[in-house]
Amino acid sequence: MTDIFSDVEPMVFKSRINVPYAWWTGETAERFFLALRDDKKIMGTRCPVCEKVFVPPRKVCPLCFHEKMAWVEVSSEGVLESFTIVKRQLAALTRKAPVIFGLIKLDGADTSILHYIENPGHEDIKIGTRVAAKFNEERSGSMQDIACFRPIS
Amino acid sequence: MPKKRVAIVGTGQTYHKSHRPDVNGQELINEAVQRALKDADLTIKDIDAVVIGNMDHFEGINYVDCWSVDGSGGTMKPVIKLTTGGTTGSTLAIGGYHLVASGFFEKVLVIGWEKNSESDTTGAITTAFDPVWDRLVFAGAISGLAAEAQAYMAKYGATEKDAARVSVRDRKHACNNPHAQLRREITIEDVLASPMLADPIHLLDVCPRTDGACAVIMASEDCAGKVTSTPDWIWTTANRHKYTYLGDVNWGELDSIAEASREIYAKAGIREPRKEIDVIELYQPYSFAGIIWIEDLGIVEKGKGAEYIWSGATDMGGELPINPSGGVIACNPIGATGLIRCAEAALQVMGKAEARQVPDVNFAISTGFGGCMWSDMLLHGKRKPDF
Repeated sequence: MTDIFSDVEPMVFKSRINVPYAWWTGETAERFFLALRDDKKIMGTRCPVCEKVFVPPRKVCPLCFHEKMAWVEVSSEGVLESFTIVKRQLAALTRKAPVIFGLIKLDGADTSILHYIENPGHEDIKIGTRVAAKFNEERSGSMQDIACFRPIS
Repeated sequence: MPKKRVAIVGTGQTYHKSHRPDVNGQELINEAVQRALKDADLTIKDIDAVVIGNMDHFEGINYVDCWSVDGSGGTMKPVIKLTTGGTTGSTLAIGGYHLVASGFFEKVLVIGWEKNSESDTTGAITTAFDPVWDRLVFAGAISGLAAEAQAYMAKYGATEKDAARVSVRDRKHACNNPHAQLRREITIEDVLASPMLADPIHLLDVCPRTDGACAVIMASEDCAGKVTSTPDWIWTTANRHKYTYLGDVNWGELDSIAEASREIYAKAGIREPRKEIDVIELYQPYSFAGIIWIEDLGIVEKGKGAEYIWSGATDMGGELPINPSGGVIACNPIGATGLIRCAEAALQVMGKAEARQVPDVNFAISTGFGGCMWSDMLLHGKRKPDF
């Protein structure tokens, strides 16, 4: 390989700006995370107009703009809508590759959530596979309270 | 020339606060949108396109146009994001005006929002400055404003006490506005005794950090009269940028607002702005600007700003009330701030400003201001423009 900088003195200015973020979840998402942490329950909200059940829960129906959504519990089991197996250890990956990212439509919900699918021994996984949430024993109120979803027969 | 004349037919705002932990960004946006729709007696189905904006890096979300649709109602509609720093809100208003004026869209929903409480404002604003020449020397918003104030004071002899009178005015006005964040009167002594941030700017001379959102619905002349009996007609808009580096600025005078205002006066045939304009919602992020920029706007002669402020002419009940809403010193959800000026000017023209209403408003001006001394301006009128 040719060193493209061999004849030049690159003049660059390095700097770093620190902008820490703390995002408020809001009361609607808070209720979801508390139910997950304290009761191992997965909650959604249902629009009384279009009857869709949203997980993650929405305060206002994004389609109808209806403001009085009803809370409903959905199953911790569902169907794999799509997935991919990530084999390269990307910088943003917090777990060790290979990992499976899956979109899971839980029974009773009309939208899917994104999570890890348990990997070893399940290479035959396919769209339509039924999966169940595996909850962590130690829970702090985040999506990481679910360790992963694992295929069930 | 616009293909269609354009009116504001509805506005909505959140009750702005320092922190809104009870809602996420989309939910905050939705509060303003729902209020604007109610104000115009429209539903989200009536909206043809959405223009939305906030400050870059403030919430760390890079695809706000897409991310926000749960709140904006933009699902399966044309949505664009505009962000221009401090002027974001006023640029949103100008962008929405262009979309309707072009004849391509009949009803456009314009949204500005910010959750300042979610990050470090000064850290994020620093990214607006040139990384090689200006950043890390002149970081954040206050330093530039302090340089402007120092230059003006040296030239015209204005004092910190003069500036404090502007803060006192805006904070008093804010008590009439249920949407404003800071709704407690202050005295000149309070301002001068508050901590010095960057000489000569005290804490009470400058805007706070706010969580809030604002939505404005603009409609073409083909349907504006059907939506409301009191449309706020947008007569014309102007925008000026001038400098890249802070060292190039003509400190002590705001050339961008001077030129933008002259364009607007010429288009609308305004010869004596002080007499012909009934109210101004000035994007005035700190008190000294309340003196300096009214000179640049041609309201008073150079060097006469402080005298005009002390006369009470810009107070409620005065010759030309400025910031009946309490302005930016009382409330500053930055990406929404410029659009709030536009919405408040619209409320004045529509006669919907309640306790902060200025009587008989025929012409109102709203402005936007950003980082390296650039300006946006809109002229609002009760009468349909004759061009």
